[in-house]
Amino acid sequence: MNPTPPDGVRDRSDDVRDGSEDVRDRSDDASGAPVGRRVVLGMLGLGAAGVAAAPLLQRGVEALARQDPTGLTDVLPAGGTFRYYSVTASVPSKNDRTYRLRVDGLVDRPSTYTLAGLRAEPQTRIVRDVQCVTGWRVPETPFEGVRLSRLLDAAGVRPEARAVRFTCFDGAYSESLTLEQARRDDVLVALRMQDKPVSHEHGGPVRLYVAPMYFYKSAKWLSGITVTEDVRPGYWEERGYDVDAWVGRSNGRDDAPTT
Amino acid sequence: MTSTPGSAVPTAATTPRPPEQAVREGRFSPAERWAHGATAALMLLCIASAACLYIPALAQLVGRRALVVTVHEWTGLLLPVPLLAALASRALRADLRRLDRFGPHDRHWLRAALRRERRPRPQGKFNAGQKLYAAWIAGAVLVMLGTGLLMWFTGLAPLAVRTGATFVHDWLALAVAIVVAGHIGMALSMWSQRSAMRQYPEMRQLPESGRDFKDPA
Repeated sequence: MNPTPPDGVRDRSDDVRDGSEDVRDRSDDASGAPVGRRVVLGMLGLGAAGVAAAPLLQRGVEALARQDPTGLTDVLPAGGTFRYYSVTASVPSKNDRTYRLRVDGLVDRPSTYTLAGLRAEPQTRIVRDVQCVTGWRVPETPFEGVRLSRLLDAAGVRPEARAVRFTCFDGAYSESLTLEQARRDDVLVALRMQDKPVSHEHGGPVRLYVAPMYFYKSAKWLSGITVTEDVRPGYWEERGYDVDAWVGRSNGRDDAPTT
Repeated sequence: MTSTPGSAVPTAATTPRPPEQAVREGRFSPAERWAHGATAALMLLCIASAACLYIPALAQLVGRRALVVTVHEWTGLLLPVPLLAALASRALRADLRRLDRFGPHDRHWLRAALRRERRPRPQGKFNAGQKLYAAWIAGAVLVMLGTGLLMWFTGLAPLAVRTGATFVHDWLALAVAIVVAGHIGMALSMWSQRSAMRQYPEMRQLPESGRDFKDPA
């Protein structure tokens, strides 16, 4: 027999002050079906099902996003586009007047390039998929610029050199390639991306482009190329990423290669 | 003996507090308030850092990716801790039981809410909407934690599972942000209703008036 308090407010003040349940609350709330528990378990089940069905769902979402004229899907987790990553608080803007690219280290002729100087070199255009190590992939993205091997040859690499280190004017980012990787003809000092000058957000005015590797190797805001004796791990590589970042053969991933 | 200035005799009784005050103070124990505050702070930090990682405009504004990632990972990991710690409180366990159990009056509440009926709906200490929110967000946080750990510790699972976890994490994050915004919005509107009602004491009991609803069954 539960004595029911005469009104709904009177007993509220001593409701659960120290854990003592009042009688009405027990009859009111603490019996009945454990729906809350079922909802929690249901969410766990849905989560697991979502992980399993993700490839299918992802394809559907990407197909929808491609047909979307509203641009709404740009803010949804649809994939297929670039995401902006920067490791520093802010990055200075550089332009024709202020940009410099320094080539030094184990070379015979250290040199400094301006934007105009880089534009005067022969340009190479490469169109490949961009694959980020976090999973997103952007199909068929054109990059255009000077082959890195050309700049290295112009500087005269010394025989004891084994690697190249890249530094950036954001003040923090760095990358490395072996000399052999750096001399590949799909490694560019890129001035153009998606057939436009590389924008500031995308690492402009000049970024590295390493076509066969995960995109963190394609350092943004490139300002220094230093030829070294051995490979020094770059920014993310000191934080656990692979130095030899071949797409599909590193970082525990098996994406389709980009070259 | 204390006396009130201007009166000749000692006052017989202290002024009773307004009843609304008493209700509000007694509704939750200090442990529950602490757990709610800590969870709210962690959740807001977790969502804010997620936004700075994910929304391009914010990512460009904030940068500092390594720091933001660390904040996001740790606030996410710690999110269930206040509730788990507060399980030591009997009052909190009692409220968890109340949130878990759905009685016939909760079905009435949900039906009335879906039909957008404006008259008072039957409820116990928590209404059926609050119960559903609590259970949904608890499940969602566990799913976010699981998928987040798979993305964080890349050695835990093969790539296909990690890609799936990323997909679920991204979309559920969007849902969590919307639902939490709704939760805050409801709390704010209830709070402003309460303060409005403090000015009209005769209306004070209106939102609780369904509390005594007894299902015929």
